[in-house]
Amino acid sequence: MLTVLAASAGSAAAGGTATPAAGGVTSLVQSVDWLAIAPPTLAAVFALIVLVADLFLSERRKPLLGWLSVVGLVLAGLSLLPLLKGDRTTFCLTAHPEVCSYEADHFAIVVQLLVLGGALLTALLSVNPVKDEKLPGGEFWFLLLSSAAGAALLPASRDLATLVIALEVASLPAFALVGIRRGDRLSSEAALKFFLSSVTATAVMLLGVSFVYAATGSLHLAQVAEALTHPDPQLDVLAKAGVALTLVGFAFKTAAAPFHFWVPDTYVGAPLPVAAYLSVVGKAVGFSGLIVVTVKAFPSYSEVWGPVLAVLAALTMTVGNVAALRQRPDRAHSAVRLLAWSSVGQAGYLLVPIASAAYSDDAAHAIGSTVAYALMYAAVNLGAFAVAALVARTHPGNRIADYRGLYAAHPVYALALGFFLLCLAGLPPGIIGLFAKVTVFSAAVDAGLAWLAVVMAVNVVIALYYYLQWTAVLFRAPEGAPEGEARPARPRIPAPLATAVGLTALVGIALSGAPQLVLRFASGALL
Amino acid sequence: MNHTVMQILLAGVVVLPLIGALAALLPAPPGLKGRNPDQAVLRHGVTVTGVVLAASIALAAGFDHGAPARMQAQTDIGWISALGIRIHLGIDGISLPLVVLTALLTFLCALYSYFKMPAGPSPKAFVALILVLESGTLATFAVLDLMLFFLAFEMVLIPMYFLINRWGGENRQYAAWKFILYTLLGSVVMLLGLLLIGLKSGTFDMVALATDNGPKSQLSHTVQLVAVLAIGIGLAVKAPMWPLHSWLPDAHTAAPTVGSVLLAGVLLKMGTYGFVRIALPIAPDGMHTFAPYLAAFAAVGIVYGSLACLALARRGAKGDLKRLIAYSSVGHMGFVLLGIASMTPTGINGALFANIAHGLITGLLFFLVGALKDRYGTTDLDRLAGRTGAALYGRAPRFGGLLAFAAIASLGLPGLAGFWGEMLAMFGAFKPADGLSRPAFLTFMALAGLGTLLTAAYLLVVVRRVCMGSKETAEQDALAATAHEGATAGVTPGPAGATTAATAPTAVKEKAPAIPDIAPYEYVAWTPLAALTVLAGLWPAALLGLTDPAVQNLLGGGS
Repeated sequence: MLTVLAASAGSAAAGGTATPAAGGVTSLVQSVDWLAIAPPTLAAVFALIVLVADLFLSERRKPLLGWLSVVGLVLAGLSLLPLLKGDRTTFCLTAHPEVCSYEADHFAIVVQLLVLGGALLTALLSVNPVKDEKLPGGEFWFLLLSSAAGAALLPASRDLATLVIALEVASLPAFALVGIRRGDRLSSEAALKFFLSSVTATAVMLLGVSFVYAATGSLHLAQVAEALTHPDPQLDVLAKAGVALTLVGFAFKTAAAPFHFWVPDTYVGAPLPVAAYLSVVGKAVGFSGLIVVTVKAFPSYSEVWGPVLAVLAALTMTVGNVAALRQRPDRAHSAVRLLAWSSVGQAGYLLVPIASAAYSDDAAHAIGSTVAYALMYAAVNLGAFAVAALVARTHPGNRIADYRGLYAAHPVYALALGFFLLCLAGLPPGIIGLFAKVTVFSAAVDAGLAWLAVVMAVNVVIALYYYLQWTAVLFRAPEGAPEGEARPARPRIPAPLATAVGLTALVGIALSGAPQLVLRFASGALL
Repeated sequence: MNHTVMQILLAGVVVLPLIGALAALLPAPPGLKGRNPDQAVLRHGVTVTGVVLAASIALAAGFDHGAPARMQAQTDIGWISALGIRIHLGIDGISLPLVVLTALLTFLCALYSYFKMPAGPSPKAFVALILVLESGTLATFAVLDLMLFFLAFEMVLIPMYFLINRWGGENRQYAAWKFILYTLLGSVVMLLGLLLIGLKSGTFDMVALATDNGPKSQLSHTVQLVAVLAIGIGLAVKAPMWPLHSWLPDAHTAAPTVGSVLLAGVLLKMGTYGFVRIALPIAPDGMHTFAPYLAAFAAVGIVYGSLACLALARRGAKGDLKRLIAYSSVGHMGFVLLGIASMTPTGINGALFANIAHGLITGLLFFLVGALKDRYGTTDLDRLAGRTGAALYGRAPRFGGLLAFAAIASLGLPGLAGFWGEMLAMFGAFKPADGLSRPAFLTFMALAGLGTLLTAAYLLVVVRRVCMGSKETAEQDALAATAHEGATAGVTPGPAGATTAATAPTAVKEKAPAIPDIAPYEYVAWTPLAALTVLAGLWPAALLGLTDPAVQNLLGGGS
């Protein structure tokens, strides 16, 4: 726990400490724009407040912690408002004021919105499980908020050290979150699996970062990019290896194949809201890191990472979708397993535009497609998890077969889940899902990656099969009851859960009516 | 008519069914509750589709028939500027007949279901799905933006899937999956082609793309080839073109009656319409290269479809009548594709005419076969026909007469709708566009001619086996069948055999169950189709006058 605290506290200062000293004459003290760093900082501050408040609250009042966290996340989200212009930078080198460690540009703000929104929805989903499953409240909320702080810091980081630290701040609490169910064998096993594989990936990535540092002599992405355009021929191989190894760490976070094997067991073992969190915020961490590194730091090495990412994307979506296809609906936890595998498949789609950025002259356009897709995915995937959490209250097994007759029991929630699933599949009425896929396709076609577009097309069809199968189950008559029989008495649905489903459905429907809201990122102007 | 009124009518035709679908899911407001919730929602379906039909007829009336080549009732609003997608609606002489046909068929289906709801779960969802389906098909014919076309194309998948899956007959799950997976695989490939066109030319607007020196001059020959190949695959699955047709017979056999009617009457037209509206004008070079192949597949499809039907119609083949009509659709759509592939005004006009004719005739045929199934409990031709024939002429004369009429219209008797389209399509193939190999097209035309003969053969066999025959033998067969079914339902085989033997002699004296003739609601649903079939056959100029200028415009690049 202490390491987490230290990392969390250190994150804000990382930009300063990691900066190599630049000349002895000018002042070494960097100015800090507190407003620019407010979103991650507020989340971190609230994490500490919750941890301290936990000590002073009586058992009966513990639920207040959850609401305190919700307030913290909302405030952190609101603190994005003054940054909307996207021109703030801080922790800049005193000698080179244009080289900064933290940039709140449009890309960073959009991803921060995604991360904080995802964390907020996770918090809403968690309010009841924390109470019902007797999870340690203070720790849970502290871990969630610190992880969110790290994830929010990451897209704005502009030097390799801050990036690594942000990645660790986002990941370390997540291990603890996965294993938070004390005495649950499945939970601790999942946490251990997640931890070991993640640590290996981090080690590899650190090696890569050190290679890059060795080859370029700088950690700041801007300077790395500059140095890589004319590398020392002797160090070229070193730089290339560094670029490739750095990608591994982020590929692991996005759960790209072949670094995906931890996903299903981890999702099933973790408490449901944590699985939802990993599937959305965890992925956001991975892909935003990938974008920052590839497009900001290694643009001149696009011939290295472009093909690698394209192959990773194709592999990831195929592995994820084929595995999701093989899930048996009557197996225990099949619903979460299916969502886990499908999230691997979706990660593949997210990688397509990043890979395309290597081949096209307009990287901002391609990156925007990823961001737009991620926003759509975040909303509908969290929505699907919210409905899954609802079903888990009456059917702890959470099999897909348990969703049979959901329409008869809760028509609104069944329609919502059907909508989310069709959005993920990319078919009307999930118009936003369809057009998000269209932008991804168009990024691939634009970059001339026709083979990748075709692989993705096949995957879309495979994915449709299992999404639609699940959707069809929702509307079948409940087992044992003939079609059209009177509805059974409905159990009461907790307000936070209903709010989460309502919010995500609202976002999904609003975006379906006006896809321009997120798709405008795909027309560039993000980076 | 006023331009604004036309705009509102066209937008209303597309949007109204969607609103109606949402409203169908809500509880009925007071005053409209009807006898019971089911009746209320079915009536709601009839009302909404009726209003849409009225609007589409008003649209046809207000349409400037003097200038059918011009896009009319255009609305053009920006929607997703990031992708350059605009809500661009409009109709010309090519799309207007299809819009009216869709509205008419959906209305007739809603009306038919009001009296004869297919067995299955609640009518609420049924009505909502039919309305979404209607909106999707009407949108396909009314939109002028490539991405919106794709959206509309996809919009029909989910409703049709559920219609087959929930209200269908035997094997419905399998058939529904096959339908949606085939079509989706085709349409994602089509999406890639559409994106290629959009990205290379800089616009998704069909009207702008169709003009000669417009954005399409940006499309190189290679781009056109790839685009036509990708788009063509998507449309060919939907059309369906042999050898991509195999989803169709399964889907038709399993679908409920109205599902089959809409599938054959409307959904298949989306594929051929796409060829005429997108592939021909936007990528003429690519289309020119692929036209002989398209024609070859079409010709094979014509012969294959009719041979499959002949095999099904044989005695002892256990042929399913619905399946037979589905295969005949493969043949008929082959004519449409052949007409398009000739790339001549004659051929394309013929294709468009055959499109409408097929919608009317096959829609009617599926209605009739569905009703036959309700009456006999089976569509198995062998069980229907018994030893000498089902003798519908004797047992239900009007019903039998109408069935024979539809079959004869389908085989292309001059004077009925089926004739003109197929003849013009073959004329087109007789003298294909410049640069297309004449000998090849002559061969295809000969094959198509052979197909018409085979079509006549199997349809006449069907008429003989279903409509003719001795009334007495048919009634005896029917009784024996019921007795046999009662016997096999018995627990032990020994005594059951004995009962059959015992009841068989007495059965002759009993009265065979009467086959009800056409009921009033069936008259209402079927007469418009039969009347239009005659009208289109006797006065083809009404339709050709609409399509011809628009086709000339599309082929000539237009303005």
